[in-house]
Amino acid sequence: MQFRHKIAGGDFAKAGNVASSLKKVLRQLNIDHTVSKRIVIALYEGEVNVVAHAYSGVIEVEIDEEKVKINITDKGPGIIDIEKAMKEGYSTATSQVREMGFGAGMGLSNMKKNSDLMKISSVPGEGTIVELLNYIRPDAR
Amino acid sequence: MKITDIIKPLDLKVISGHNGLSNEISGGYVSDLLSDVMGYAKEGEIWITLQTHQNIIAVASLKDVSAIIIVKGAVPETDTIVKSNIENIPVLSTDLDTFNITGCLFELLKME
Ligand SMILES: Nc1ncnc2c1ncn2[C@@H]1O[C@H](COP(=O)(O)OP(=O)(O)O)[C@@H](O)[C@H]1O
Ligand SMILES: [Mg+2]
Repeated sequence: MQFRHKIAGGDFAKAGNVASSLKKVLRQLNIDHTVSKRIVIALYEGEVNVVAHAYSGVIEVEIDEEKVKINITDKGPGIIDIEKAMKEGYSTATSQVREMGFGAGMGLSNMKKNSDLMKISSVPGEGTIVELLNYIRPDAR
Repeated sequence: MKITDIIKPLDLKVISGHNGLSNEISGGYVSDLLSDVMGYAKEGEIWITLQTHQNIIAVASLKDVSAIIIVKGAVPETDTIVKSNIENIPVLSTDLDTFNITGCLFELLKME
């Protein structure tokens, strides 16, 4: 099963819509509750990062019997120092975005905690690719 | 305890999401940072916040919180109300600040 969603940078009104639609799909597929909760958290944060930090992006979700794979590819400024970006509390979000409660600098660490495998690759000035993988059987990790 | 059971004792105003008023309460979580709630709030908890924009409903619904309490008499945006009715997440309002409403809710839940 595969899905593809487009994300527009700056469109906070729609932030979370992809996560919300995946949550419904995972429920229909009867995926373990604890497993699907983690996937939804990781995807939400990835989706918000495209909205908050990039110009546009595409989210691809691939589900099979074993795992859920999510690729988030964006066109944007990219991340120059990924290690620094991963640190909890580090954020370059604008004060306007922070006032809304985004930009706590916890997004990437939430994604790391809630995925079984996470890979970030980025070309500064071009964009970022975040790959998330979660195994469907909770004991498969 | 259900959301309906705390409306009167805490003097809350139900703004929207009436269909979720029978949601069962498992506890509470206090934060104004959306990623903090995403990462750490648990299913069934009441979320206490000063944020009023529509993204709080997306977060609340993804996390299956039982309701949102908006503090200090703040009025949520129309989009927030519309989404809360779609997602059946009750949005409640209090005139109290975060410290005081949290204290009251804590006492009430402790009595159970
Ligand atoms: N897709 C992205 N494109 C560009 N920069 C990003 C992207 N995702 C994250 N970042 C950078 O990493 C930082 C930390 O991200 P995150 O932990 O999600 O915190 P926050 O989004 O709250 O700032 C961001 O502030 C931003 O500088
Ligand atoms: Mg983020």
